[in-house]
Amino acid sequence: MEKILLKNIENPNSADIREYQKTGGYQSISNAFEMQPRDVIEEVKSSGLRGRGGAGFPTAMKWNFANADPKFPKYLVCNADEGEPGTFKDRPILEKNPHLLIEGMVISGYALRAEYGYIYLRGEYPLAKDILDNAIAQAREKNYLGENILGKNVKFELSVYQGAGAYICGEETALIESLEGKKGQPRSKPPFPVNVGAWEMPTIVNNVETLSNVPYIIAIGGEAYSKIGREDCTGPKLYCVSGHVVKPGVYELPMGTNLRDIIYKHAGGIKNNKKLKAVLPGGISTPVLPADRIDCLMDFISMPKHGSMLGSGAVIVMDESVCMVKVAHRALKFFEHESCGKCVPCREGTGWLRQILGRIESGKGKQGDIELLSDITDIMSGRTFCPLGDGAAGVVTGMLRHFRDEFEEHIKSGHCKLSIDN
Amino acid sequence: MFNETVLKEIDGIRAKYPDARSALLPSLYVAQREFGWLSPEAMTCVAKTLNLPEAMVRGTASFYAMFRHNPVGRNVIQLCTNVSCMILGSDRLLDLLKSRFDLEPGETTKDGRFSLVIMECIGACGTAPAMLVNTDFHDNLTEQNLEEIMGKYK
Ligand SMILES: Cc1cc2nc3c(=O)[nH]c(=O)nc-3n(C[C@H](O)[C@H](O)[C@H](O)COP(=O)(O)O)c2cc1C
Repeated sequence: MEKILLKNIENPNSADIREYQKTGGYQSISNAFEMQPRDVIEEVKSSGLRGRGGAGFPTAMKWNFANADPKFPKYLVCNADEGEPGTFKDRPILEKNPHLLIEGMVISGYALRAEYGYIYLRGEYPLAKDILDNAIAQAREKNYLGENILGKNVKFELSVYQGAGAYICGEETALIESLEGKKGQPRSKPPFPVNVGAWEMPTIVNNVETLSNVPYIIAIGGEAYSKIGREDCTGPKLYCVSGHVVKPGVYELPMGTNLRDIIYKHAGGIKNNKKLKAVLPGGISTPVLPADRIDCLMDFISMPKHGSMLGSGAVIVMDESVCMVKVAHRALKFFEHESCGKCVPCREGTGWLRQILGRIESGKGKQGDIELLSDITDIMSGRTFCPLGDGAAGVVTGMLRHFRDEFEEHIKSGHCKLSIDN
Repeated sequence: MFNETVLKEIDGIRAKYPDARSALLPSLYVAQREFGWLSPEAMTCVAKTLNLPEAMVRGTASFYAMFRHNPVGRNVIQLCTNVSCMILGSDRLLDLLKSRFDLEPGETTKDGRFSLVIMECIGACGTAPAMLVNTDFHDNLTEQNLEEIMGKYK
């Protein structure tokens, strides 16, 4: 497949505006400005683009909701928080192809009649901060940003807002709170950000990868774009593969590529001739799949049918040496640390799960601990304020569904069989 | 209080947002850079400059992991130990930092050269295990190259 999002990134100067322009960059802005804003949204609608932040929400539908709200100013916010462990797919766009994102944001801002854009960038990406600041300055100098873009009387101001190390700020309403200078605690929905978002104004939050698809959609047309990938889940997708594979990295492939192919064909299979044990297919918040269940299409619609989710497309591959109790324990340490503390089931539940998993891992598990874990996940599921708590519960449920033996074995024997040969 | 240059910088930040409170996180970063950490004095400066209640400034600052509430060493090692890094050996790196540099998570070496912070994924999973030292990424860490890399930071 032709590279769209990762086009030219082998070029060491790919982040420079001149290199980007050389290969047709920024032409979609002129094309879009020839269209009515409404028609740009229609084009995105016919492309079938779904948000790449994790939920797969149809982008044009979100845009139409925002468009229908009469309040102005509207804000366009790019979610570059990329906090889901295992995820490093937005980073190559931010560091190597920043102008693609900027172009996507200018076009999206025009379509949405939003004159102000913010890129909410995670604090852990200092290099991306410098590169984006520089790219924004270049784009402003060439009149792709500012008061009167390309002399067409279109205004779009863009700046980077740096997060400060809180996973929950990837959730869009927590992100907005953070952008307003508050603790990143999610808001209740409705009202949705498209109606009441940042500073109480209509706010459209989209992921880096989502917005970076827009210039190409305008370039080739929504219809043609929709032929990439699968019928109900279109376009290119960035899959980031980590763990025990020969060639970890970010792969741009058609949406709906088979998980087995991603691991074996593209990432070169399992390294050191070991056997595959399990995969977290969409980041650590998505339920684990054991080795014999990886024949599934990696898209938003198919993955739930296989008991997991596409999430951020972060494929974490684990070979036979990995202890699932240890992975579950580490994951729950993460969720406990990142729980924002707003709602009880998540704040308390993640802590309890972590504690119980910790004692099982250290060989001090008790009879009944597995049932206790299940009870807690039952209580948490569907009762937390935002999906962070659901994700935490889902991880434990998935582990118990497929690797219950391993947890039982730890409790019975008081140690980990695997730690001996590690 | 902040000097003139810093006050100007914060004015510039304020201009980007519809209200002063939105300048809080960026201003806390500025204060952290100026003071090395968010001392009570640093937070008072931020509160005064943005005309926000001190409790609001402290409450917000304490929510975010990257704001430091204690003095840190000259170089801050931010080591990822999340799943992708863990399964490729970040535990061994932690052990090395303990045995070789007497450095524990959340602490600073006696000579003030290094502080260690455990990170929750720094987006370098394809080149795990990985860390940031100050603002530099270091990937594909091993016990050997970790010592070498640390040698470059004085
Ligand atoms: C706990 C949590 C963390 C999230 N983290 C991110 C993130 O790091 N990046 C992101 O784009 N979306 C993240 N999301 C999804 C956002 O809430 C939101 O749906 C997304 O930014 C919308 O963009 P999209 O429509 O382009 O996908 C997260 C959601 C939750 C519940």
